[in-house]
Amino acid sequence: MGLNGGYSGFRILREGLSGNRGWRPAWRDPAPQPAYDFVIVGGGGHGLATAYYLASQFGEASVAVLEKGWIGGGNVGRNTTIIRSNYLLDGNQPFYEFSLKLWEGLEQDFNYNAMVSQRGVYNIFHSDAQRDAYRRRGNAMILHGADAELLDATQLRAECPFLNFDNARLPVMGALVQRRGGTVRHDAVAWGYARGADRRGVDIIQNCEVTGFRIQNGRCTGVETSRGFIAARKVGCAVAGNSSRVMQAAGMRLPIESHVLQAFVSEGLKPIIPGVVTYGGGHFYISQSDKGGLVFGGDIDMYNSYAQRGNLPVIEDVCEGGMTLMPMIGRARMVRMWGGIMDMSMDGSPIIDRTHIDGLYFNGGWCYGGFKATPASGWCFAHLLATDTPHETATAYRMDRFERGFMIDEKGSGAQPNQH
Amino acid sequence: MIIDHPLLGPRDSQEFVLLGDASLLNRPDWQAENAGHAFYEYQYLRDNPAGAHRELWYHEMGDRSWLVVTRDTVTHEVLKVELAADVTSGMASGVAAGRRPK
Ligand SMILES: Cc1cc2nc3c(=O)[nH]c(=O)nc-3n(C[C@H](O)[C@H](O)[C@H](O)COP(=O)(O)OP(=O)(O)OC[C@H]3O[C@@H](n4cnc5c(N)ncnc54)[C@H](O)[C@@H]3O)c2cc1C
Repeated sequence: MGLNGGYSGFRILREGLSGNRGWRPAWRDPAPQPAYDFVIVGGGGHGLATAYYLASQFGEASVAVLEKGWIGGGNVGRNTTIIRSNYLLDGNQPFYEFSLKLWEGLEQDFNYNAMVSQRGVYNIFHSDAQRDAYRRRGNAMILHGADAELLDATQLRAECPFLNFDNARLPVMGALVQRRGGTVRHDAVAWGYARGADRRGVDIIQNCEVTGFRIQNGRCTGVETSRGFIAARKVGCAVAGNSSRVMQAAGMRLPIESHVLQAFVSEGLKPIIPGVVTYGGGHFYISQSDKGGLVFGGDIDMYNSYAQRGNLPVIEDVCEGGMTLMPMIGRARMVRMWGGIMDMSMDGSPIIDRTHIDGLYFNGGWCYGGFKATPASGWCFAHLLATDTPHETATAYRMDRFERGFMIDEKGSGAQPNQH
Repeated sequence: MIIDHPLLGPRDSQEFVLLGDASLLNRPDWQAENAGHAFYEYQYLRDNPAGAHRELWYHEMGDRSWLVVTRDTVTHEVLKVELAADVTSGMASGVAAGRRPK
């Protein structure tokens, strides 16, 4: 990259000494070309990462990302920023561990400070049975090359003294910890991938909504957009909560429902919560941002939604979970909340696959766990687009697995998206 | 969200659980030739519209009736509420009249 356009300590020094006049926008604002080799629909984390790896790993020079709004305005900028690789099933765990490894080298790779912070993820358990289940999960993680550690109550107390250990109904008995898990500044992930892709020649085209696909003789030859037709050799869709709407334009029905998930941030407080803490007695997870705000969330609202905002019952439920686990947060004031639209799949696991239409590829079904997947999702989708073969960690994410009976259902809750 | 129950009047949606798309009422014929594929589509594929959506809600903390609620998924506005029993008996008299005892 050289020192010129690159970001480094040296550059900050040099710019500081020359009145900060040398900074340029982090990516261009190009007009769409009439044709590309690859068109990626959706400028979220997954779409941008796909374009970045197409250029950086697979040497593809003619790539565009089409985003209907602005990049980072979707779920990539709305999530609670947790990264981890603590899955149980063979179809999932190697993929998420691949992703965590990519996070570990990401900032050097794309030359952007994404504030990747491996502060640890603590999954709290409250009963003997739950400890056994968590131990089993930890063993599965270790067998797949990830890290996992089981803490008893005394060990956990030393690290998280604020938990409600002596709760009569749900005592805190310990935690499964993944120390390599943690948090990442979500917007910076979008910006870092966008800048990295742009510097490798990818056109990032904002305010460009894909409204249809041109399909001739079973082959997709390009996309209709709000800025005109754009031809493409291959089209890859990564539009998260809008998956069903976009793929409907290609005549497809997906094993996906769209649901709203909310997130909450408190006023800034002094450092108190060391890592990411999740509650085992209900759905509640929390971390503390570097600015001091408590960032937390819980369940989806349980009904289909495209509204990007939720309702009060879930807020109450999330706060009750928080109060049970760590009563100290009761004094903190909540300052912001918002929602994002989740592409909830029928087994809770994603899809990275081609479609029955030649030249049209699909990436979606991320449920509420797709942020941690961003690097691997981009890499594997780029692999599929460039080589027409699935990446070795993503072979299970087939579109037709529901018909063939190869579901990847971590929770075992069946074909009901709001239960995953 | 408030669901205007046909028998009980306006009730908080918290009293209900949502099962999903009301198309789940249209169970395919298990004896049909393509039953395997039909059940796959029935069980796993969804229209998932942005806009009016007909869905099955169960009044778990109320009278335990099943409702078909038509709701706008963009605004969360509840547009229409029917008893699922009325909807299925309508279906029975229409589509599958021969197979259902009245
Ligand atoms: C509140 C909340 C908390 C979450 N917490 C976590 C977490 O802690 N850890 C975790 O791993 N995951 C989490 N997630 C999930 C994660 O954010 C998503 O799974 C992931 O971001 C989805 O991929 P994406 O970044 O590509 O999506 P998005 O950022 O939503 O990108 C999709 C893009 O497609 C664009 N688009 C849609 N339709 C069109 C069209 N027709 N033409 C052009 N562009 C279009 C959209 O505008 C959008 O920018 C959370 C999500 C939410 C909402």
